[in-house]
This record gives sequence, structure tokens and C-alpha cells, in this order.
Amino acid sequence: MSTTDLPTPTVRPAHAPAGTGHLRGTRPFPAEARDALANTQLRRNLGKATGVIRAKRAAVVDEVPDWEALRRSGSAIKADVMARLPELLEQLEAAVTARGGVVHWARDAAEANAIVLDLVRAAGGDEVVKVKSMATQETGLNEALEAGGVAAWETDLAELIVQLGDDRPSHILVPAIHRNRSEIREIFLREMPDVDPDLTDEPRRLAMAARTHLRRKFLGAKVAVSGANFAVADTGTLSVVESEGNGRMCLTLPETLITLMGVEKVVPTWSDLEVFLQLLPRSSTGERMNPYTSTWTGVTPGDGPQAFHLVLMDNGRSGVLADPDGREALHCIRCSACLNVCPVYERAGGHAYGSVYPGPIGAVLSPLLTGITGEDDVNASLPYASSLCGACFDACPVRIDIPNLLVQQRAASVESHHRPTGQDVAMRAARVAMTSAGRFRAAEKGLGLGRVLGGRSGRITALPWPASRWTASRDVPVPPAETARDWFARTRPGRER
Amino acid sequence: MSAPAGARGSAREEVLARLRAGRDAGAPRTAPGPVPRDYARRGAHDPGSPGALDLLVERVEDYRATVTRVARPGDVAGVVARLLGDAGSVAVPPGADRAWLTGIGGRGAVVHVDGDPRPLTTADLDRVDAVVTGAAVAVAETGTLVLDAAAGDQGRRLLTLVPDHHVCVVRAEDVVGTVPEALARLDPLHPLTFVSGPSATSDIELDRVEGVHGPRRLDVVLVG
Repeated sequence: MSTTDLPTPTVRPAHAPAGTGHLRGTRPFPAEARDALANTQLRRNLGKATGVIRAKRAAVVDEVPDWEALRRSGSAIKADVMARLPELLEQLEAAVTARGGVVHWARDAAEANAIVLDLVRAAGGDEVVKVKSMATQETGLNEALEAGGVAAWETDLAELIVQLGDDRPSHILVPAIHRNRSEIREIFLREMPDVDPDLTDEPRRLAMAARTHLRRKFLGAKVAVSGANFAVADTGTLSVVESEGNGRMCLTLPETLITLMGVEKVVPTWSDLEVFLQLLPRSSTGERMNPYTSTWTGVTPGDGPQAFHLVLMDNGRSGVLADPDGREALHCIRCSACLNVCPVYERAGGHAYGSVYPGPIGAVLSPLLTGITGEDDVNASLPYASSLCGACFDACPVRIDIPNLLVQQRAASVESHHRPTGQDVAMRAARVAMTSAGRFRAAEKGLGLGRVLGGRSGRITALPWPASRWTASRDVPVPPAETARDWFARTRPGRER
Repeated sequence: MSAPAGARGSAREEVLARLRAGRDAGAPRTAPGPVPRDYARRGAHDPGSPGALDLLVERVEDYRATVTRVARPGDVAGVVARLLGDAGSVAVPPGADRAWLTGIGGRGAVVHVDGDPRPLTTADLDRVDAVVTGAAVAVAETGTLVLDAAAGDQGRRLLTLVPDHHVCVVRAEDVVGTVPEALARLDPLHPLTFVSGPSATSDIELDRVEGVHGPRRLDVVLVG
């Protein structure tokens, strides 16, 4: 590829700038996780919910004989998209424009928010109804609209629970997964003006309360904001996959529709959807198909919004694309299967990750999007929020090798250090010992001390500083009574070098 | 990055330039080969076959929607009348087969035809008890009905969204086995709605509850 056609040859791939949006928390993962683990209600809610969804997913995946073929195809389609991303986006833009839509481009979250706010104002609205969207969570759109005098109403039930509870989302698919039914009932009783005071905590009654609360908003809304699950380059077709019908309400009833999507959501052709519409519902809600999937192309006279705006956002994706390994994280279709199978997520919950993208994919996607700026960057701690058990790879419908990306991002985290950490010191000490046979032998002599520390349990549970930073959260097995060298010398006399 | 938007030049050109540079810098050492397509395009049952119809019934009912099978188009009206029960008003798209509604005439139910004499508004539809439409295609394996807004008997998208009860008449020859077979029959330039059961949510403890914002009741009439 020649670079002579670049309009500005100095332009480089960029990370998501700090300051706007929700790709970083305020405290490192271990500190957040420690607090979360102390919340027994949270652990019970998460354990129950992830257990239910794991069983449902396993049942509907098992009944698909060609599941592995679909995964390989999904993975290859996404790899192809990454190799042709700029061209596909230009094709998408042309197709959407030809069908009456207007395409906007945003370098980052702040620019995306500003575009949406301007469009809402131009449409004469002071409020919008919103379809659940990870992209608008990423940019902090609701806060930006509010600052601009526009009220944003979340219409997905879980997003509504989060918004009414002045809370943060903790799961990609079910942002209120950390709340149980009685907590939701309390939020509704407190925050919904017209709610039936006899509301019970039965899920059906809670869902009906949300229906009543939002019905008039839907029927009167002038402007809707959505994300997109897929955008088809060759036809300009957008798609939103949902359950409740709130998506259909937003995509159909208002006069103006504004869709904000990350650039990686594009797929080349309509028939590519035949792969993803099989992979996504079974992986996310554990259903053969989600209740509603809407597809639309530009503007259809007399049917649905008569003004359609599509905002294509970079916000760090070009930076991820420039990473030969990391770009695989852009294949993510936001199903959340990796969250539900992750032993770390199940216990720590989504808030501990700080970013709107939690769980295994979030632990790589968040630092890839933002870049790791140094040892004080809280996102530097995310790649360590894993035991590398590999369950996330097995569950991923597009075969993202998340364990490999976690290791890559750990390396990036280490390289970002400006001053040596305890681990760096330990690794350097190990290098000194292990690059000389004489020094290594001398170091082995010291290991006998460990057998004394371990006592009868065979585990060392507390060491003095600096090693206490290791034993604070882990035990150390005592060294064996005989080193490998001693064993070799004893069993093969005369062959020691 | 903090310069005002106007001073930053064209976002379009900059985003595309960044993506070209990123695409080239991160290119894998070996170019990706052709996309493998060795998944099943067809299922175990031919379109419209008895096996496909039986599977569709099982999968639709699994979503707690109902399916009533009739042998001939002439039998639809009686089933529709029974499903509509004491509904006082019914909306239909302009191209709907009027014979579907002949069974409700005796009870004085009002039939609103979208576009005749004028397009129905959201407020009109909010006062309607039920809507009766056809479907473009149905997917047996997933229990999915696809509504094509450009087809006269399926109607504009709000028609099947605002009323609380949707009766959908599906012809046997429109029942395919798999999602790929369905997409091949559809025109992506038309607004499409894939419906799998009534509106539902899993947002409270991941427990599926039917009936949120879309129609809370979905009844399918399968013809042939």
C-alpha cells in the first residue's frame, strides 16, 4: 500500500484521549476487586446470574452442529474487515448517503458527543430516547447531553435500572447484573414518579412498571440515539439486536435517529450477517434468537425516522488496529460470553474493571484503546485480572485469543514502567542468579530455609517485605528437600557439569 | 487533541488516514486467506417441508408464543377470529388479505387499514387492540418470523410494534430451515424486523420475562 495518497502523511494511529468517556476507572483493579469481594450481596447476585446464563448458553450452543465452523467464519470475516477497514467504511458511507442518511466522522469521544449534541439541537429536541449502546457508554454521551441541556432517557430495562439508581453499568449485556430483584424494586419505588406503591419484586411486575414508565416517552419522542451491532458496507444496512422492543420503539417512532458506532462494527456484505446473527444471540442471552432484530438502510419514506445520521467513531480503534496482535480485540461483537465464564469476573464484578468494557475482553480492550501511559495508569492493572484459564477463548463466538492478548498487554504494562517495581527487581535478581551456574548453586543453598518457614503445612503464607507483597494474596509452596541438581548428581554420578 | 473541532481539519480525512496507517502498521505477516464458509447453509429440512413446519411450531412455542396450524387459506379467518377474541379494534396493513378478517365482522370490531383513508398514527395504534399481518419468511431452527416493511401484507414497522397483540399469518412455503436460507430470501434495502417470540427481557437476574415494550402477545397462524 502506497502512502502517497494520504492527505496528511504525518497522521498516526491514535489511542483514545483521556478526559472524556468511561474507558478508565479511578483505582487499580486489585483495590477495586478487594472492595467488591467484601460485598457478599454482590457476589451472590453475580454468582446466581452468571450461573443461569452459562447453563442457557451451553444448551443452545450444543444443539448447533456447525458451531465451530461458524466461529471460524466469524473470526475470518472480522480479520478481513480489519485488513480493509478504511475502504469498507468509505463504501458504507457511500451506501448510507445514497439511501438518504448522513454520515459523520468522529476522531474521539469528545468529538462524537459534540456531533450528537449538535444534531439533537438541530432537530429541535431537548430530550432523546436511547437504545442500549456500548459506544455511547464509552463516550459518556449521557453526561455530555445533560451538560448541553438535553435529557437522555435510557430505555433498556437494565440501563434504566442503572440510570435511575445513579449507578454504573457492570456488564456488557446486562448492565444491572449486580442488582437483584428486591434492590430493583426499591430503586423503582424511589425514582419512578407514577409507580404503583404496591409494586412487588416479581420480575414480571418490575418489567410492567418499566413499560408504563417509558410508554409515553416512546410515543412522544422526537429524537432517538442508538448504537449498532452491525453495519453492512455494500448495502449501507444498519442492525440493532435486542430483546424488549425498546430498540424498535427508538428506531421506528421518532422523527430523527442518530446512530453512534465504533468503526470496527462494519461487515462487508449482507450475507455476513448470516454468521453473526447465529453466533451473537446464542452467545449472549443464551437464546436461539433474540426477540427482536431490526435492520434499516438509510431513510424509508413514510416508514420510521425521516432523518438518519450515522456517526463513525475512531476513539482509539486506529491505535488498536496498529497492534498486530491487539487488533484481534476489535473483532469483539459485545456478546459478553467471556464475562459469564470468567472466574475473576464472576467474583469481582464489572465495576472493578473501571472501564465500561469489563471482564476478559475489557481487560485487554480497555488498555488497548487507551494505551498504557505508565505504572500509575489504572488500566495497566487490568491485564492481570485473569488466571489465564482460557475459558474466555473457548466461549468467544469469534475465537478472540483473549489469553494471548492478556499476556501481550501484561508485557505492555511492564514496558510502560518508568521506575522498577518489586516484580522487576525480583526478575532482575533471578536473571543474576540464573545466568551463572555458580550463582545459581549458591542461591539453591538458601532454599533450605524455606522448608523451615513452611512448617508442617508445606505452605509459606507470610514472608517479610518485600516478598510480603507476593504472600499477601498467595501462598508459596515450600522448596523441595532436594534440588534438581542434587537429584541429578545423586542418580547419575559423574555426569554433573 | 484539545483544539476546537473547527481547528482540527476534516475528521473524515484524519480518521481514514489514521485507519490506513494503523491497518498497514498492524498487518499480519501472512495475509488472511479467503473466509471459510463451511457452515451449514441448509438445515435438515427443506423449505416448506413437514419437518421444517414441525420444527418451527416447536421453536416458536418455546418462546411462549402460540401456533395454530390450518390446512387451507380459507380456514384462516376462523382462527383469527378466535385469537382476536373480544378485541374491539384491529389494525391491518393495506395489502393484508381481507379474507383473514371476515370472521370478526359479526361482532362489530372496527378494522383500521393503514393508509386507507390515511396512514395510522402512533396515537391511533396505541388505541388499537391487535394487529394482523403476514410474514416474509420464517426460520424453523430459531423460531423466527421476519417482517418486511415493504411488503403490503406486513406493513410499516410501527404497525406491529405499538399494538399489544400481534397475529401473524405464515404460509408454509415461506418457512425455511436456517438463518442463511432466510437472509438469502430478504432484501436488505427494505426495513426488516426479525421477531422471535413476544417482547421479553432477561435483565432481572437473567430470568426471561415475556412482555416489555413490544407486543406482549404473539400468535402465529401457520397455513398449509
